[in-house]
Amino acid sequence: MLSDALLHLYRLMMRIRVFEEKVQELHKLGRLPGFVHVYLGEEAVAVGACSVLRRTDHITSTHRGHGHCIAKGADVAPMMAELFGKADGYCKGKGGSMHIIDTSLGILGANGIVGGGIPMAAGAGLADTVLGRDGVTVCFFGDGAANQGVLLEALNLSAIWKLPVVYLCESNHYMEFTPTADLTAGRIYRRAEPFGIPGVEVDGNDVLEVRRAAAEAVDRARRGEGPTLIEAVTYRFAGHSEGEEAFVSAYRTEEEVESWKARDPVTCFRERLLAELPDRASELDDIDDAEQASVEAAVRFAEAAPFPPPGQALEHVFAEAGA
Amino acid sequence: MANVYFMQAMHQALAAAMEEDETVVVLGEDVDRGVFGVTRGLIDRFGPNRIRKTPISEATFVGGAVGAAAAGLRPFAHVMFSSFFYVAMDQIANQAARLRYMSGGQVELPIVYFAGTGPSGSAAAQHSENPHSILMHTAGLKVVMPSTPYDAKGLMTAAIRDPNPVIYLADLRLSRLRAAVPAEPYEIPLGSADIKRVGEDVTVVALASLVPPVLEAAAELEEEGVSVEVIDPRSLVPFDWEMVAASVRRTGRLVVADPARRLCGAAGEIIAGVSERVWDSLLARPRRLTWPDVPVPFSPPLEKELDVGAEDVKQAVRDVLDESSRRIPAARGAARGSA
Ligand SMILES: Cc1ncc(C[n+]2csc(CCOP(=O)(O)OP(=O)(O)O)c2C)c(N)n1
Ligand SMILES: [Mg+2]
Repeated sequence: MLSDALLHLYRLMMRIRVFEEKVQELHKLGRLPGFVHVYLGEEAVAVGACSVLRRTDHITSTHRGHGHCIAKGADVAPMMAELFGKADGYCKGKGGSMHIIDTSLGILGANGIVGGGIPMAAGAGLADTVLGRDGVTVCFFGDGAANQGVLLEALNLSAIWKLPVVYLCESNHYMEFTPTADLTAGRIYRRAEPFGIPGVEVDGNDVLEVRRAAAEAVDRARRGEGPTLIEAVTYRFAGHSEGEEAFVSAYRTEEEVESWKARDPVTCFRERLLAELPDRASELDDIDDAEQASVEAAVRFAEAAPFPPPGQALEHVFAEAGA
Repeated sequence: MANVYFMQAMHQALAAAMEEDETVVVLGEDVDRGVFGVTRGLIDRFGPNRIRKTPISEATFVGGAVGAAAAGLRPFAHVMFSSFFYVAMDQIANQAARLRYMSGGQVELPIVYFAGTGPSGSAAAQHSENPHSILMHTAGLKVVMPSTPYDAKGLMTAAIRDPNPVIYLADLRLSRLRAAVPAEPYEIPLGSADIKRVGEDVTVVALASLVPPVLEAAAELEEEGVSVEVIDPRSLVPFDWEMVAASVRRTGRLVVADPARRLCGAAGEIIAGVSERVWDSLLARPRRLTWPDVPVPFSPPLEKELDVGAEDVKQAVRDVLDESSRRIPAARGAARGSA
């Protein structure tokens, strides 16, 4: 891979990192309404996967969607404004953290319903197939979502119709406050096998490994050979949702969290770049500074933006025919 | 009588029911911790055999409750947010609500489907539903929606003991309510409404989280010389038509406040049912206070725009009084001393 491309992967991971840390800080200050689920620790999954997508390709996302959106090219300023519920947000304040959508970037939406995006991804793949496009859809979903029946239905449908969809499970070991392994039979990636499609497991904390697996799956999909199921094994550093300490006692050990932090996808990749591209070390610092500054600017943008006028509550229920 | 929070009152009733009947089992996601507190800690008392943490598989544990009930258990299924009923709607509408009828009455399905419901502060369109009217329309489901800790506990006991699927919706806006409730279990029969304030001029029927603002409006209207009767149906299916109709027969005026959309909603149904029964007592057109027909938006000022508040209630009450004073024979208007 070209070193510029490597640096770009780093930039996007760092963008997610500083965005989410800022979100945590704002949430603690009581500045963000509603539920907020951050993607800290899982940055390599979204960035690795989206790095092999075109702008016109689609993704479906989850309640933990900020990272997917940033990786697919979303602008942090309207994202932040959306989290504040402001009129200049991606969804004009109608959706919030769990519902960021930018159709111009192929982002078919974060989703408040666990598993809700899975059938949609199959449908986006169907559209590409019917219209003769060589587009691909990446369907992000959690390890908890893997137990929704729609996953098996979508895998089957995608297999029989050879839909160009990559099902990408983010195995972060938890579903809310419960270890996924306690309530999940077998391994998720092996659920591909009975459908006769590839099922692979990757280190979700290694952006290049995710990228490699995604590239293979995306190429296969573009060639019309059908879907792939990828299970990216990773970990969320933060709680399930911000502020959860108020109503749940600890459900993970310090040691467990620390052991994963030792494999931090962002800092590990940074160290690797420093080792492999020593002459570009200062550029990494520049990236860190630039991303920090752009997130600060996003917060200023969000703060300055107006709230939507109350009457907007009544708009956007239906599209106007012919409009 | 100890002071308990809204959700704690339900917890007490559930725990007592589990004590009294070992076929009562809990199914749902994270029910050991219990996001709303209704099932929290039960696993320590009753163990993992009866407190069943499920995977995120709503269709299967909601439908599983049907099979479990048909085969001898009394499941309490914790659906978490009421928006998630939609994920399991086949199992609710085609299975739970149908099995007894289709079998010619062979099957009893003593199930409680519990969920937190309604907007709870920018939870947005997929976590803020109040789906009671859809569930009321289904036939075969009882539907309850309490507004006080006392009612919550009594209705929970009745819901668990009932031999039918009961949808139990706990309005999340009421979570911080705290009141004294008896320690011992007691039942409030499903289908019995409650007069939350006695009045003479206007009947206001209010559901769940709209009961407090309606009571506030009623207190303020009293100062204007208007006497409002406030009725909380508590249970929507079955519905206490007798109590509500009797009230409207006395007042001649009806306002219904429902924290939900208008189209095909509970408010319209209550107005129709009352009108059919006591149309000749009505002195003005009934009014309904509801959300507009939109999903629940995220942004705080937009979410607030949907709300029915005390001011809206006061306005609606004044409107019906106004209209009726223009229409009732002068002698009667004077005799009633209203408006
Ligand atoms: C249909 C549905 N059921 C339950 C929930 C509540 N809920 C939100 S996130 C979550 C856990 C999801 O776990 P996973 O899919 O592993 O995603 P993660 O949070 O780990 O990223 C649950 C149970 C929901 N939003 N939607
Ligand atoms: Mg997970």
